[in-house]
Amino acid sequence: MGLKIIVLAKQVPDTRNVGKDAMKADGTVNRAALPAIFNPEDLNALEQALRIKQRVKGSTVTLLTMGPGRASEVIREGLFRGADDGYLLTDRAFAGADTLATSYAISLAIKKLGKCDLILAGRQAIDGDTAQVGPQVAEKLGMPQITYAEEIVEVNSKKIVVKRRLERGVETVEGPLPCVVTVNSSAPVCRPRNARLLMKFKHAKTVTERQEANEDYLEMYHDRPYLNIQEITVNDIDADREQLGLAGSPTKVKKIQNIVFQAKDSKVLDATDEDIEGLMKELIANHTIG
Amino acid sequence: MNNVFVYLEIEDGVVADVSLELLTKGRSLANQLSRKLEAVAIGHKLNGIEKHVFPYGVDVLHIADHPHLSPFTTLTHSKVLIELFKQEKPEIALMGATSIGRDLGPRVSSALHSGLTADCTALEIGPHEDKKAKKVYESLLYQIRPAFGGNIVATIINPECRPQMATVREGVMKSEIVAADYKGEVKQYDAAKWLTPEDLAVKIIERHMEKSKVNIKNSSIVVAGGYGVGSKANFDLLFELASVLGAEVGASRAAVDSGFCDKNRQIGQTGVTVRPKLYIACGISGQIQHVAGMEESAMVISINSDKDAPINKIADYAIVGNMEDVVPKMIKAYKANTK
Ligand SMILES: Cc1cc2nc3c(=O)[nH]c(=O)nc-3n(C[C@H](O)[C@H](O)[C@H](O)COP(=O)(O)OP(=O)(O)OC[C@H]3O[C@@H](n4cnc5c(N)ncnc54)[C@H](O)[C@@H]3O)c2cc1C
Ligand SMILES: Nc1ncnc2c1ncn2[C@@H]1O[C@H](COP(=O)(O)O)[C@@H](O)[C@H]1O
Repeated sequence: MGLKIIVLAKQVPDTRNVGKDAMKADGTVNRAALPAIFNPEDLNALEQALRIKQRVKGSTVTLLTMGPGRASEVIREGLFRGADDGYLLTDRAFAGADTLATSYAISLAIKKLGKCDLILAGRQAIDGDTAQVGPQVAEKLGMPQITYAEEIVEVNSKKIVVKRRLERGVETVEGPLPCVVTVNSSAPVCRPRNARLLMKFKHAKTVTERQEANEDYLEMYHDRPYLNIQEITVNDIDADREQLGLAGSPTKVKKIQNIVFQAKDSKVLDATDEDIEGLMKELIANHTIG
Repeated sequence: MNNVFVYLEIEDGVVADVSLELLTKGRSLANQLSRKLEAVAIGHKLNGIEKHVFPYGVDVLHIADHPHLSPFTTLTHSKVLIELFKQEKPEIALMGATSIGRDLGPRVSSALHSGLTADCTALEIGPHEDKKAKKVYESLLYQIRPAFGGNIVATIINPECRPQMATVREGVMKSEIVAADYKGEVKQYDAAKWLTPEDLAVKIIERHMEKSKVNIKNSSIVVAGGYGVGSKANFDLLFELASVLGAEVGASRAAVDSGFCDKNRQIGQTGVTVRPKLYIACGISGQIQHVAGMEESAMVISINSDKDAPINKIADYAIVGNMEDVVPKMIKAYKANTK
């Protein structure tokens, strides 16, 4: 019997390549200048899901992302690589959520999707580096969690065996299904897009996207239902609104400071023997070394 | 009630450095708030653990000692913490931003519906005014952390929910004994009454832990190499310089990612934080994420072939040159000028 797998994926600004134009003149981060990407470790999670799908016949892989309309890109990207379908959890009511309000909304969406066997998430998202959403979703669903997975060694409809990569070593654990597993960047990288799937899902869109593009291919979406990326809004989940979005977030940002280097008075030395000998003598004399 | 709590990470009966660092921070926060410092030890064979932690100024030590609680598993430790916190209602709860703390913290915060801030680099107490709600808070925990790939520093607060929870990276704070004979109170708990069969559902089949061998954090001189060092062989030059100076070798992430050096030597936002009296940065450009882990060094010497490398802005001495050339000269000059 196949497993129903949900992969949590987030669209994030590419904070790894913050170039000069990514900082505005006033020193604040110009988010618009940063490309939005599939959170790297969520790709590692997707790869694990796709491997299970190959191993356990009849398994399905569903992507779930919470974000603004354009986060549907993450779902298309997942479809191009082998996911079966995807849902975009999107609503103004979710805006400004911290990790707790995010995991609350995501856990309700998962409940709405019906019974599932395994939830895979990335270890952390590179915009916040918090690594909190996976464990918090697990707690809210009352499921066990297995974090820092490097390899899913074994899985069947009852149990999962995972090799975890920790700071000072490795640990192999066995747990029951359903459960939440978060995947590390040390796990295998995700397979590339598949040309055939790219053709197949090129036009996959949400209703909102289709309306915005003013496209009138009703027939196409009728004949090929797999091109419909489903949106889930606050009305579709049974939520206590107090716990959503900015208002439902216990943590608040009080202050943001941009990092600017304070230049010191530095002495510039050449790599000549004299300069280096002079420096070393000075360091010895003032007891910095020696 | 409403005290400052620190979760102790314990391996083989030894309390982790990061927990001792948090006890020291927790002690000072507790003093500012006129509250007690309490610590939580969850594990097995914890006899005598109090002798180890009381000197850091712990007023109450909560001990849950049971065979099921060692080695660490998420569900058992989170169950004990959640039950204890429901009962004790901490004002502040701190844990290490380690693979344990970052696994445990979010689960506990979710169950208690309290906010959690990951990877703090500083913690302070301060006031807050919420103009919209017309509310003034006297003393909240300022949870200060780098965000957005290290390009900004954010101060996070939890005005309403308790405990105010934060994880803190190892090596960012200092540990200090308050008094060798500091006396606290021990409270023992029978964890068996809290644990259900579901809490034991995830079992450890195999475990290989290594003691951390390198100790760059506590070294007074650090010789760090970056991508500009160019090869593993050139890194040996740094080890040689380090050995004559009595220093430890550190590395940038680019050097680690290129396989020049082991991950446990990485310095910076995603590595350790060091504050030696001398930091020699060799072939390191000085990106913000690296600088975050070494900017408190008392003196910085940079060796870089590019005189405009950002690291030179924070260096006391910037040697412009090729490291393959400069490092041997430093070794030679040092040997020539000492006995
Ligand atoms: C979320 C996040 C977390 C990160 N965490 C960390 C972290 O913890 N630690 C960290 O270090 N980085 C971290 N980084 C990466 C960081 O942004 C930089 O990419 C990294 O620090 C660059 O390393 P580097 O200076 O060694 O390499 P480069 O930037 O490539 O610099 C190499 C330098 O060597 C010089 N050079 C070249 N040849 C020679 C020579 N022969 N002799 C002398 N000098 C030479 C060059 O002029 C240059 O300045 C992180 C990034 C992100 C996004
Ligand atoms: N908005 C989101 N939508 C879908 N998944 C998310 C979202 N936020 C976080 N996640 C998942 O939770 C993981 C940890 O995120 P974080 O706690 O933000 O570091 C990510 O790698 C994702 O798998």
